[in-house]
Amino acid sequence: MQKKTLFDKIWDAHVVTRVKNGPDVLYIDRHLIHEVTSPQAFSGLERRGIPVFRPEKTVATADHNVPTVNQHLPIREEMSRLQVNKLTENCLHHGITLYGLNHPSQGIVHVIGPELGITQPGMTIVCGDSHTSTHGAFGTVAFGIGTSEVEMVLATQCVMQPKPKKMRISVEGSLREGVTAKDIILYIITGISASGGTGYFIEYAGSAIEELSMEGRMTLCNMSIEMGARGGLIAPDDTTFDYIKGREFAPKEADFEKAVDRWRQLKTDPGAVFDEELVVKAEDIEPMLTYGTNPGMGIPVNGTIPDDPSAGFRKSLDYMGFQPGEKLEGKPVDYVFLGSCTNGRIEDLRAFSAMVKGKKKAGNITAWIVPGSKQVEKQAIEEGLDKILEESGFELRQPGCSACLAMNEDKIPAGKYSISTSNRNFEGRQGPGARTLLASPLTAAAAAITGKISDPRKLLKN
Amino acid sequence: MPKEKITVLRSRYIPLPVENVDTDQIIPARFLKATTREGFGDNLFRDWRYDARGKPIPGFILNQDRYEGKILAAGKNFGSGSSREHAAWALYDFGFRVVISSFFADIFKNNALNNGLLPVQVSDGFLALLFKRAEENPEILLEVNLPEQSVSILPDGPEESFGINSYKKECLIKGYDDIDYLLNLKDQIEAFEEQHKG
Ligand code: SF4
Repeated sequence: MQKKTLFDKIWDAHVVTRVKNGPDVLYIDRHLIHEVTSPQAFSGLERRGIPVFRPEKTVATADHNVPTVNQHLPIREEMSRLQVNKLTENCLHHGITLYGLNHPSQGIVHVIGPELGITQPGMTIVCGDSHTSTHGAFGTVAFGIGTSEVEMVLATQCVMQPKPKKMRISVEGSLREGVTAKDIILYIITGISASGGTGYFIEYAGSAIEELSMEGRMTLCNMSIEMGARGGLIAPDDTTFDYIKGREFAPKEADFEKAVDRWRQLKTDPGAVFDEELVVKAEDIEPMLTYGTNPGMGIPVNGTIPDDPSAGFRKSLDYMGFQPGEKLEGKPVDYVFLGSCTNGRIEDLRAFSAMVKGKKKAGNITAWIVPGSKQVEKQAIEEGLDKILEESGFELRQPGCSACLAMNEDKIPAGKYSISTSNRNFEGRQGPGARTLLASPLTAAAAAITGKISDPRKLLKN
Repeated sequence: MPKEKITVLRSRYIPLPVENVDTDQIIPARFLKATTREGFGDNLFRDWRYDARGKPIPGFILNQDRYEGKILAAGKNFGSGSSREHAAWALYDFGFRVVISSFFADIFKNNALNNGLLPVQVSDGFLALLFKRAEENPEILLEVNLPEQSVSILPDGPEESFGINSYKKECLIKGYDDIDYLLNLKDQIEAFEEQHKG
């Protein structure tokens, strides 16, 4: 029998038919929607006069465009309110489950899918958001789609996609202290560039990946899109099954055992061929930081900005207010953002809280600590993280995408520096003129305490 | 939405020699609050086109009268980042029908094709030549021929061919979309569901 990769196994099992000289028609098991990229898809259905084909396979939440304070009040900004209301209307009308604002399961779409047990190994999952790749951490084929494709899934539960090529990135060895999943992915993107993965679906493997928690694996798969890849995935194992067990939509009891037996088959056959293979040594990875305006422009937090004579590179550094050859460590920053579908889960809040515990927020820093979901918020409070944060001068906000894309009020002012645990440092991503440096929750915590770019390893020692 | 069919397009083009143009630049998130598809062209490249007070920035290419056309020629890795289809809508709404680059991000390419906007991938050398020629002569014309899958600088070249899968090509030429195609497969989709139950 032909040896298959994990990706092939899942993809091929979902092909309804192959269009000659065209894309595959791929069946979608779970569809996640949110307020920003769905309204035009619903109006498309209305124009065609067709219903939602399988409403039970779509789940909705409001996350991109919601405030992160006073969520019990009506949304102040009119356009945002209308957009969120539109989602509610559409879901009601079409019989789609909605975890809207103030629902105990509301949150960032890629945080709640796994948290509710909706995300399960072997599935195909799509969402009108590029970071759908997050769900790949569970051994799913999950990728972002555009609004026309959201309409296709609503209408037929299928999308039409050419099958991507396959790449395997193996991270071997053990991570050093103070180095997190976020650093692994920033290191990889810096290595292969912001477009190095275009056309590929990536499988992450190797001992360092196996040692990661589910939260860490989600952080890793989340940023696959930042190297241009369609998505990333990791073979499910006991860590995965333990995470899923007992969650709201997970199979129960005997069904769960049966599911686990099936899920254990989901791995790449020995000898299966990838179009591209890359091996990374975990020991080489240090806490990373980006200095430019695409996620491929990264250096170790104590490193120096390289030089590159190209016009784009210089334009990027001008925007950031940096010089080639400069060191970033020790430079003052203004904002710290902990949150997003990359680093807004409970483990991230724990890591941040542990580092700031017993210390005080630096006076020059405005910090936004935004849990990824209501459940993360609840758990943080149960664990007393809110108290630790409060004592150190931080405040826990309410869930949403927040400053990750700055669609709501959480915008970094022009020219200000933000150490952000999110996934994109594009010009203006966190607000017009904002300057974003992507980093791990530990590096963000270190900056929040010292008021400047700091190596988190130095703080871990005290 | 009914889109103009694309076959052969002759037009001047607007050069944007910037690499890694991400969809946050094409249409910033704060303009994604509309619930219809129209009107996004006004905010295309918003923060490059206008300053904080809404005044046009004279240096930006879309603000220069010398350049116009239905074709945008942009640097490598165009359309990276967010999956927002609003980027394709904004380009179309502004009047573009073709985007030329030496490399496109995957999701953007799909979104463009689904919205009657043709992504034409050319070699780095050809793209560099396009930038150079436009700088020398802003009035220079291009011909994009979808049936022939070629793009040429008028009047006498050079010409380069580009790839597109034949299904998508037919959709663009005939003005069909994927949903029409999928809706016709309903029986097959239901049969697939039946087979994969449980
Ligand atoms: S947190 Fe950011 S990346 Fe994640 S879904 Fe929200 S906007 Fe997209």
